[in-house]
Amino acid sequence: MSDWLNLLTGLAMGLNLVALGTSRLPSLIRVAAVQGMVLGIMPLVIEHEFRVMVVVVSVATVVMKGFVIPALLRRAMRAANIDRDLHPLIDFLPSLLLGAAGMIAAVLLARWLPLLPEHQKSLLVAGSLASVFTGLLLLIGRSKAISQVCGYLILENGIYLFGLLLIHSVPLLVEGGILLDLTVAVFVTGIIVDRIQRAFDSLDTRKLTVLRE
Amino acid sequence: MNELLLLLLPLAAAVLAALWPHDRSRPWLLPATGTLHAGLAFGLLLHPPKTPFHDWLGGDPLARAVLPAVSLLFLACAAYGVPYLRLRPERPNRVFIAGFLAALGLISAAHMARHLGVLWIAVEAVTLCSVPLIHFNNTPRAFEATWKYLLVGGTGIALSLLGSFCLGYSSLHGGGTGDLTFAGLAAQGTGLSRPWVLAAWSLLLVGYGTKMGLAPMHTWKPDAYGEAPGIVGAMLAGGVTTVAFTAVLRVRAVVEAAGAGVVANRTLMAIGLFSMLVAALFLLSTRDFKRMLAYSSVEHMGILSLGAALGGAGLWAAFFHVWNNSMTKGALFLSAGNIRRAAGGRTLDEVSGMSLVTPRSAALFLAGLFAITACPPFGPFFSELLIVKSAFATGHGGAAAMFLGCLLLAFFGLTRVVFGVVDGRPKAAARRVDPRFRETLAVLLPPLVLLLLALGLGLATPELLREAWTAAVKQLSPGP
Repeated sequence: MSDWLNLLTGLAMGLNLVALGTSRLPSLIRVAAVQGMVLGIMPLVIEHEFRVMVVVVSVATVVMKGFVIPALLRRAMRAANIDRDLHPLIDFLPSLLLGAAGMIAAVLLARWLPLLPEHQKSLLVAGSLASVFTGLLLLIGRSKAISQVCGYLILENGIYLFGLLLIHSVPLLVEGGILLDLTVAVFVTGIIVDRIQRAFDSLDTRKLTVLRE
Repeated sequence: MNELLLLLLPLAAAVLAALWPHDRSRPWLLPATGTLHAGLAFGLLLHPPKTPFHDWLGGDPLARAVLPAVSLLFLACAAYGVPYLRLRPERPNRVFIAGFLAALGLISAAHMARHLGVLWIAVEAVTLCSVPLIHFNNTPRAFEATWKYLLVGGTGIALSLLGSFCLGYSSLHGGGTGDLTFAGLAAQGTGLSRPWVLAAWSLLLVGYGTKMGLAPMHTWKPDAYGEAPGIVGAMLAGGVTTVAFTAVLRVRAVVEAAGAGVVANRTLMAIGLFSMLVAALFLLSTRDFKRMLAYSSVEHMGILSLGAALGGAGLWAAFFHVWNNSMTKGALFLSAGNIRRAAGGRTLDEVSGMSLVTPRSAALFLAGLFAITACPPFGPFFSELLIVKSAFATGHGGAAAMFLGCLLLAFFGLTRVVFGVVDGRPKAAARRVDPRFRETLAVLLPPLVLLLLALGLGLATPELLREAWTAAVKQLSPGP
């Protein structure tokens, strides 16, 4: 039970490193999608008994994070007809090293934080912190608008992992609302990405520098 | 029940706006909804419900103390919106009006949220609703501003979700049952696990502080306020920021109940003073009068944080200042919009001598300058004076001195820009004002009314409001 959960969390953490190391936009989108799907099946592994709401949230997460959002991003990428290389602001090797260091720090921090007995053997907190860190690193370290959206998705995945700690106590109604909000957020982002492309003829956020003091 | 209407009425109006077939008549939905909403909000103020509507959402004293101010500001912006959108027939206004109305409903919901999750959902939804408002002008600069708003605001809001989860976990770790209402969390008191409470406080302060625009998380603010239409800037500066402020206050009350009030107050004071300092320094260098308003907003958010950090009388003064800030910022943004349209530019290099081109708007802008820099007898003078008094009374003389120093620097910065815009000889481009942009009563009355309200709040603060603020302070203070 807990082993399965830890296996999935470990997989998500490994995908963080893949996301940091990849140099092509389509594979970054794929990594974020796979990570989203891994996260989506976790509630089913955690819950002991069968509840309709859990299944609904789980299926909705897999569909949204695994298919709808990546499709949206791929469409934006194709419409923009941009070159698929990522042009990092922080190069791939330093990002990987930073990501690995962040992962170790996350594991140590998770050990130091007081946890409930049933969570002590779990990787959830470490995985969550590592994903949040990876997401922030991608937000800062990649220059294309779509890759920043992928960073944002991985950041959200990290927060979702933390939310799983509370799954027994927080009513899933709230979780459902949160998922809905995230979906709308990505839709809105997708539309803006599209508009930026039309206005600037590029999705390189390094060109967004008109507004400054 | 009326509380639910505050949320549902604007949302229903937003749906109606989305379905309304005519671009020309659609803007009238704004003042119609604004009037009804203001009626409901003042009904809440006059006849407080005995118990809030629901454990998760309701008109508690904190919502009563702040929400009517936002409602009034919205009404003024809505009244201004009708002539404004008539001046912009080239832009389709369906999404804009629907987003503006939905934002009002969600702002109301966020003010009344008594549950950690509901609060987060409402604040996130407000953020998303404001996206189409910011890129209404459809220029590359507007998209750049929108992108930065989404990226910075989205990251902030994500961190506040992580903080909410941490606070929830602190309750679980302390043996709680997972009741995430603010009342339930505060009732658990010192039973909350302290390391998790501190982690939650720092994440939530950064998250909601980003929405408030506290330095150093304020970077989206000048861009968004600079590129958005005046009515949007006014609602962001006077409405959305107050939502984030009440969110911080609700979280702070829980942190204080958990026995970490000293830490919370110290961080709030530090971040408030830092925001004031950063804002004052940028005000001294900016040459763009709409970006100037954004830095002024950062400064006033710093003032609110300082007031909240002082607690008691300082917190009371902060509520007073929320009202003053909403009214004055509204007047400034709306009159700045008039000037900006007539002048066709926003920086000191392009604009000057507007007292000859748009004399009435320039006079309103100037009066607004005196109000926002806390000249008596406008309201901000009295609320800021109360904050200084309460800082001295609680032994924070150093903070008071820094507060006054930043106000002085901000005064220099603001007067420099405003007099540069108002005074002098008009630039050649501005002398031929497009006759469409003449000053009509419809675009002068809303800022004038807001300014008079700011004046009235200073000269004679209604007893009703004083009581509402006292009740809100009592709700947020721990005690039997």
